[in-house]
Amino acid sequence: MAAGIEFTTALPDKEHSLNLLHQMIRVRRFEEKSAELYSAGKIRGFLHLYIGEEAVAVGAIAALDPDDAIVATYREHGHALVRGISANSIMAELYGKQEGCSHGRGGSMHLFDAATRFYGGNAIVGGGLPIAIGLALADKLQGRSRVTACFFGEGAVAEGEFHECMNLAALWKLPVLFCCENNLYAMGTALKRSESEVDLCLKASSYEIPAWPVDGMDVVACEDAAQKAVLAVRSGEGPFFLEFRTYRFRAHSMYDPQLYRTKEEVEEWKKRDPISTFEDRMHQRKILDDDELAGIEKQVGSEIAEAIEFAEAGTWEPIEALTRFVYSERPAQ
Amino acid sequence: MEMTYIKAINSALMEEMRRDENVFMMGEDVGELGGAFKATEGLLEAFGEERVIDTPISEALIVGAGIGAAVLGMRPIVEMQFADFISCAFDQIVNMAATTRYRHGGRAECPLVVRAPSGAGIHGALFHSQNPEAWFTRVPGLKVVAPATVYDAKGLLKAAIRDNNPVIYFEHKRLYRSIKEDLPDADFTVPIGAAEIRKEGTDLSLITYGGTLGQSLDAAKIVEKEDGLAVEVLDLRTLLPLDRDAILATARKTGKVLVVHEDRLTGGIGGEVAAIISEHAFEFLDGPVRRLCALDTHVAFSPPLEEAILPNTNKIVDAIRSLAAY
Ligand SMILES: Cc1ncc(C[n+]2csc(CCOP(=O)(O)OP(=O)(O)O)c2C)c(N)n1
Repeated sequence: MAAGIEFTTALPDKEHSLNLLHQMIRVRRFEEKSAELYSAGKIRGFLHLYIGEEAVAVGAIAALDPDDAIVATYREHGHALVRGISANSIMAELYGKQEGCSHGRGGSMHLFDAATRFYGGNAIVGGGLPIAIGLALADKLQGRSRVTACFFGEGAVAEGEFHECMNLAALWKLPVLFCCENNLYAMGTALKRSESEVDLCLKASSYEIPAWPVDGMDVVACEDAAQKAVLAVRSGEGPFFLEFRTYRFRAHSMYDPQLYRTKEEVEEWKKRDPISTFEDRMHQRKILDDDELAGIEKQVGSEIAEAIEFAEAGTWEPIEALTRFVYSERPAQ
Repeated sequence: MEMTYIKAINSALMEEMRRDENVFMMGEDVGELGGAFKATEGLLEAFGEERVIDTPISEALIVGAGIGAAVLGMRPIVEMQFADFISCAFDQIVNMAATTRYRHGGRAECPLVVRAPSGAGIHGALFHSQNPEAWFTRVPGLKVVAPATVYDAKGLLKAAIRDNNPVIYFEHKRLYRSIKEDLPDADFTVPIGAAEIRKEGTDLSLITYGGTLGQSLDAAKIVEKEDGLAVEVLDLRTLLPLDRDAILATARKTGKVLVVHEDRLTGGIGGEVAAIISEHAFEFLDGPVRRLCALDTHVAFSPPLEEAILPNTNKIVDAIRSLAAY
């Protein structure tokens, strides 16, 4: 299935290109700021940055309809932002404030927002995959033509759940778009040290799921592949698997000496930075000038500044509420 | 030599691997990375890839493979990167490891150690803060230990490795680098199944383990100074099997018992301790057995909520005072 597939690499029109660029810059700057706030002790616990991988979430989510569902991992700030959860409520969540999208109870790894059909933020590797199956199953049973996009790292492929989900999604022809973000390392473990077959599309194909590798550093390719895959899924053909080949530029979480990869390798990948390469291409096509770029940066800057202000001004959930939400507050149906 | 809790774990692993060539390690990032917390740092260099094995992210498999190797006479130590992920291997531990000997009429053994970094207080939120020990303490065939001191971290791990049964070793993340102790250079173990009095007292018994021992001792000191109360502090150290004699001895001695743990209240070890005391030392009691534990909720990310959910020194002081006044 993978062979012979050509994705568009031609840039979309100016307006859409600017939009994709804007989204990638939003995610990048938001996370750079988050890292600073982490060092300043404002954000605590674990913080997994998506820097370097932005084209995947921006491209793939651009191909979804607003009522399609998303399931993501603990490295999900970008997906949440692009999906439309406000920067304010995400930042407040990172602070642990009750104005956050998970009431400050989940933090960075557990962003959640039913209104935008964003079903986590899942800190258990592989834990989101079966949930995606259930979302898709419900849509199918209830006769809706919605798609569930499930993002996960290549490390999750080692969990039994991955294989169980591949099998069932294919067997039941469920409307799931599997988005594997292959950044080559699961913490300190390189893919080739954990998988006998490193061609992940081949794994998916063995379950009779159509699977394509995608250049995850190229937002245009990401969007195009996702659009084609979503079309197939929505038409009832069953699941689709996209392997986005990408790279995380920073540590796994905030601190890690990164002895498992060379500096040269990181530098090599940074040359393919999804944002700067896209900017270059837009410049060449003369659909981006310096003023426009400055305009995006300015807009993003003020959005993030406002988010920080919002989070700072946010409040801690009162202690009395701490056993709230353990059980449903609605009467039994 | 003076060392931290995590260094004590590391040195127990080193020494046991040197002592017995059947001992080997498996887990996610335990080799090249030296473990997410650096507990296994230097082991790969010392013993090579055949004995310090990096695995894919496959918890059930990691434990199951450990069981298989254990049955053939090896002594695997497997690591769950966080105790929170031990639930992914629950079936292998509870259905497989725990029953191996029984199912085979005593003809097979399962000398397996599962190391599980547990505990809250590091802003890890729901899935990086759990204390899942009580899921396992009602499973016959398993042993469960939870060291609270640097000495025990080393001695209990060595004992677990030498034990012929599956042992789950809960190490508390908050203690890793926050406590230090001078340890003997000579080989030592801490017996599994033996609790230890950490402070003698006559007015009230405080029974605890793991992450809350330090806070309990601090609280005992405070009430001694401010209220003249002599609190006896018993560290359980092993949660399965419980040291019933030690529990009953301290209950009979002081007549008032407070159990403190960081695991949740409902279904926690505290309930079992209270039941043992009420069954066998009822006539010695001068008050109800009380429990101070994490609240029956999930560990929230919100820092003030997390603080409110978990026990701490002040809460223990209050609980001691209230029980003493009963
Ligand atoms: C069940 C489970 N096991 C282990 C972990 C610890 N852990 C967190 S992230 C991670 C690596 C995951 O790598 P990958 O799936 O490739 O995603 P990436 O972090 O590269 O985005 C591990 C082992 C976990 N969170 N859940």
